[in-house]
Amino acid sequence: MTSTPSSPTARDEFLAGMRAELPLLLGVVPFGLMFGVLGLAAGLPAWAVVAMSSIVFGGASQVVFAQLWGAPTPPAVICTTVAVVNLRHALYSASVAEWLRGLPWRWKLVLAYLLTDEAYAAALVRFRDGPPGAYRHWFLFGTGFTLWTGWQIATVGGVLVGAAIPPGWSLDFSIALTFIALLVLAVHRRSELVAALVAAAVAVLAQPLPHKLWILAAAAAGIAAGLAARRLDAGRAAVEQTP
Amino acid sequence: MNDLGLPLTLFVSGLATFLIRLSFIAGERWLPRGEGLHAVLAYVPAAVLAALIAPELLVRDGSVLLTADNARLWAGLVAIAVALASRSVMATIVAGMGALWLLQWLGG
Repeated sequence: MTSTPSSPTARDEFLAGMRAELPLLLGVVPFGLMFGVLGLAAGLPAWAVVAMSSIVFGGASQVVFAQLWGAPTPPAVICTTVAVVNLRHALYSASVAEWLRGLPWRWKLVLAYLLTDEAYAAALVRFRDGPPGAYRHWFLFGTGFTLWTGWQIATVGGVLVGAAIPPGWSLDFSIALTFIALLVLAVHRRSELVAALVAAAVAVLAQPLPHKLWILAAAAAGIAAGLAARRLDAGRAAVEQTP
Repeated sequence: MNDLGLPLTLFVSGLATFLIRLSFIAGERWLPRGEGLHAVLAYVPAAVLAALIAPELLVRDGSVLLTADNARLWAGLVAIAVALASRSVMATIVAGMGALWLLQWLGG
């Protein structure tokens, strides 16, 4: 794709953003369907499953919410855990901040709301490598809007499918299976494997803690163990981190 | 409690998520940037996901269940193997649910 000499209009940027996002929907729509099904399986009412996709709008954290609500878990622990799961979005926020400088507040609020893994991933290339352009924030709006629409439709579809599935199929187990797939995708380095193993061990051993605090205890222990194990990582990453 | 609890929990979870996404976009002047934040956040997904998975596979009614008839543990191990091989969320769910149903059918 070559850039034309005349700078792209807002409409060009928005449509290009939509086009860039479409292939990512291949992975997002089945996940949204799955969330709709397992949200019901976890015991959430249909309205809450559908509303969560707009209110929280973060795939893995919504699945975590559903699992903890079904457990059941104190609301404060659910909110904290959802926030911890979404903490990585602070990195995306830091990454896009320089490109959104000087935009009106309404734009910053809308784009922050839409700033998810897939919207960020699809827009990053445009921001980093593309021409400056006065309307390039419309590109991020295009990726985010497309993702948002696909996620909402998929969630409603999942709720409709899920309502037709009889209980007794142990569908709640698909939540843990989703986490397993995401975990395997998230572990690239040995120190991340250490973080996962320590967190898993603490999660099992700390079950007696009140208020389901084992979740946050295990997450903290896993993160600390990962940081401590950084020297196990071979190659460039480890070299970069040596002071 | 649960009547008001669910809308409020949804709202606070959404607000926290939104504020995290807004953080640097709105306040990059005041927020610290650097390696520290990056290094900590890199371990969040692995730690949180593993913490949520382990009790699902190993704990039943508050006690650790490391027995051969724990169908969820075996199905989870199948899912881990399929996830490593396929790196696909859908394939992992299909394989794990299939293994669980097969074990429940054999055991029941």
